[in-house]
Amino acid sequence: MALRLSSSLLKSGNGQALQQLNKFSTSTKTWSRGQKAFATFAGMTIGGAGALLYALESSVSASSDNVHSPHQNWSHNGLISSLDHASIRRGYEVYKQVCAACHSMQYIAYRNLVGVSHTEAEAKAEAEEAQIKDGPNDLGEYFMRPGKLSDYFPSPYPNEEAARAANNGAYPPDLSWIVSARKGGEDYIFALLTGYVDPPAGINLREGQYYNPYFPGGAIGMAQALYNEAMEYSDGTPATASQLAKDVSVFLKWASEPEHDVRKRMLIKAAGIFTILAALTYYIKRHKWSALKTRKIAYYPKHKSQ
Amino acid sequence: MKAIYNIFMKRTSTYAVAIMGSVFFFERGFDVFADTLFESTNKGKLWKDIRANYES
Repeated sequence: MALRLSSSLLKSGNGQALQQLNKFSTSTKTWSRGQKAFATFAGMTIGGAGALLYALESSVSASSDNVHSPHQNWSHNGLISSLDHASIRRGYEVYKQVCAACHSMQYIAYRNLVGVSHTEAEAKAEAEEAQIKDGPNDLGEYFMRPGKLSDYFPSPYPNEEAARAANNGAYPPDLSWIVSARKGGEDYIFALLTGYVDPPAGINLREGQYYNPYFPGGAIGMAQALYNEAMEYSDGTPATASQLAKDVSVFLKWASEPEHDVRKRMLIKAAGIFTILAALTYYIKRHKWSALKTRKIAYYPKHKSQ
Repeated sequence: MKAIYNIFMKRTSTYAVAIMGSVFFFERGFDVFADTLFESTNKGKLWKDIRANYES
């Protein structure tokens, strides 16, 4: 192959041979016309699709009538910033004393609190405060018993219909994964909890509805729940409305993403290892190719006179 | 360098042992480094920093 190439290079019309040789070259390639056209086409297609998606997404955001939740300066913002566990603990208190009256958290168990916001003894004590329906017993009857670590948080209503009947037809959503389930995440939760205002002129609310600009549609079935000093924290933190909202948002963030801290811890390890591996790969590639890259192929034509 | 080669890398047997041994120590060291970085960045926020307040 090499022989045939080099011999055809000597001919005047050597464009074809250069093309073929180009494929073997390790130097920076000059692109052929077809390659350039393809790259341009691919770039324009991908760029156009991205612009279209962005425009569609923006128009969807612009078309709704609710106010977008402002970004808060959460202490867990940042690549390797963990959740504030003292805040999770306070947020659990807020959930238990305020939210749990209407909202279930049926996928979070007392055992999940152990090593996150409570010691094992404390989590057991929390569980024992709750009455859990268990059974059937020897007589085939269901009975109530104090909770155990393995029990999930008890729900305030036995089913969705009961919840709706008690709340003017509005269903208080389960809060287990609410931060992941709402656009804006914990920013939305915080904005919603602190964003209650009087309805603007022209907005008519039905009985049992309240106005919150962050809620899609504005009319929300939940009354403002958090006020200054609505409850007391066991650690003595001043219980302002925004503090309550912030803590319960962090608690719900943890409930939605219990792997949050482990994930960020693993990011350091994964990014570190892959950086080392990338550097090694680069070095070994250069090392192995150095012989090929620095070789020189010379062609000595035989003189006809010889 | 030559000593390292002669002791560890010349024979496959010692080479394999050297790789396994160094992987063990590297992995432990890297883990400790990463955890220290994470825990110093988030000092005061982690459960291990506040658990003393609640354990009797």
